[in-house]
Amino acid sequence: MRKINRRNFIRIAGGAAAVSAIGFPAIAAAGGKKQVVIVGGGTAGATAAKYIRRADDSVEVTLIEPNEHYYTCYMSNEVIGGNRKLESLKFGYDGLRKHGVTVVQDTVIAIDAAARNVTTKGGKSFSYDRCIVAPGISFRDNIEGYDAAAAEKFPHAWKAGTQTALLRGQLEAMADGGTVLIAPPPNPFRCPPGPYERACQIASYLKTHKPKSKILIIDSKDKFSKQALFQQAWERHYPGMIEWKKAADTGGGIIRVDAKAGTVSTDFDDMKVDVANIIPAQQAGVIAAAAGLTDDSGWCPVTGQTFESTIHKGIHVIGDSAIAAPLPKSGYAANSEAKVVAAAVVDLVNGREAGTPSWVNTCYSVVAPDDGISVAMVYNLVDGKVAKVEGSGGLTPMDSSPADRKREVQYAYSWFNNITHDTFH
Amino acid sequence: MSAGKTYALILGSGLLLGAGQLSAAPTASMLGDTCAGCHGTDGVSMGPAAPNIAGLSETYFTDTMLAFKSGDRPATVMGRIAKGYSEEEIKLMAGFFATKPMVSTGQKLDPAKVVAGEKLYSKNCSKCHDEYGSLADDDAGILASQWLPYLTYTMVDFKAGTREMPKKMKKKVDALSDAELEALLQFFASQQ
Repeated sequence: MRKINRRNFIRIAGGAAAVSAIGFPAIAAAGGKKQVVIVGGGTAGATAAKYIRRADDSVEVTLIEPNEHYYTCYMSNEVIGGNRKLESLKFGYDGLRKHGVTVVQDTVIAIDAAARNVTTKGGKSFSYDRCIVAPGISFRDNIEGYDAAAAEKFPHAWKAGTQTALLRGQLEAMADGGTVLIAPPPNPFRCPPGPYERACQIASYLKTHKPKSKILIIDSKDKFSKQALFQQAWERHYPGMIEWKKAADTGGGIIRVDAKAGTVSTDFDDMKVDVANIIPAQQAGVIAAAAGLTDDSGWCPVTGQTFESTIHKGIHVIGDSAIAAPLPKSGYAANSEAKVVAAAVVDLVNGREAGTPSWVNTCYSVVAPDDGISVAMVYNLVDGKVAKVEGSGGLTPMDSSPADRKREVQYAYSWFNNITHDTFH
Repeated sequence: MSAGKTYALILGSGLLLGAGQLSAAPTASMLGDTCAGCHGTDGVSMGPAAPNIAGLSETYFTDTMLAFKSGDRPATVMGRIAKGYSEEEIKLMAGFFATKPMVSTGQKLDPAKVVAGEKLYSKNCSKCHDEYGSLADDDAGILASQWLPYLTYTMVDFKAGTREMPKKMKKKVDALSDAELEALLQFFASQQ
């Protein structure tokens, strides 16, 4: 364990007399090693841990994560479509340990911003000079009846792992001629193109194995990410198979489920479908609200330059939980935000001013085995806020060649291999 | 201290601070680290297609990014991304990657094609792609150990005329069959 306790305080300070005289919170100020505690070991948290150690290995980094492994949400649609194994999304923390990160498998239940201290369910306590909070998303109760039991019947599959396997299993068990419902969430949410790529991946499976089946998307929005490109892909690869209903068509999308009766409902209709993928509205991960880091939106307000909470000093929030717009809630953005914050935290704990940030996002969607599309953007800091660099970024052109689309699939797989290696190894 | 770092220090010390609402230029590592999501940590790509960019010469890197930015070089996503950077920022990134060691990809290849490719290399390519395509200072990219799909895309673009070849290279490439070109690419990809 790398938190400062009395024993290693003696090692650091070298004077036994100081031990009895100086209290716990004063240790950092007394010249001990700088402590960073990271809450959450997803893409954002793991990247921050690695990049802090890369920049300054005198900083002690403790990463606290409830699970032994992390399953990336990105590329999980390929698992649902049967084109990838779930195991390929699974990452452990030995890579971070090799960088000297102390990884603690536990759940953070409280963060005391005044005392600069984190408490876990397991009864441990960790002091910090800077804390980085990256707990991903949690679900809102915007859909009546969608509780833990309902999530077993109507999987969201929006946190990868058992939920991903559950949805895949339901698709495999479904008879040809069945209907698959996808209910995408309202904005803002993790992975904006995700529900629509999922429709492509499921359609790719059904086209080959259950060609009489249909996919019905009942949306809670009237438009969505990469819309024209997705609709082009649906027409091109899966004609007549995918129907999208915008919010205005159904009075706002799915509002209620009944797991016992097996029904899902809009304001107008109760429906029975063969497979229902219900993706609820989202908010910051549970600990973010518990630590008082969220505002009325349910997400965490942060400064543009260092992603320090505007509510609690000394705590930085990154990844899906942060209000980082125009950066999207994506894996690439989480990785990019983590590097900005890692550099800032290393500067700040060493008494320097944080430098100028730079961010990138690139999101690929694999819409057919040989057809990939992307959206990309470069971001900088303007007037203290994250801003899109004018003239940069944008979408795959609607008229890009089949050869280019094929390349984008290979670049999507390269992106997955590289970002996961960059994050976890 | 690398050239890139020196440059960052100069920029950071105030030369660009008069630019108004924009802050000083980010450091070279701040800029370079954002590329890792697609090109791997320190530019060492895990493949299967996104190219290694570690160890590229500053001239080659800068020319490439400027060509992406202007549209002179075809791209899927890189044109859109290159447009997000000033020439100064591109030079900082160039300095960052030039200092990073190239690491072998270890990809699976066809040994017979590699052997055939070596002879073609000596006859056609060695004057500009020095040391089996591994010398950054020739400013002709690093072809050694590069991911084969990427090398193939590049050759397809050259042959299609969407990316311009230097005159000497065009003459050589036009004289080679598709099988010979494939052998050449396999040879470059095989270099450690």
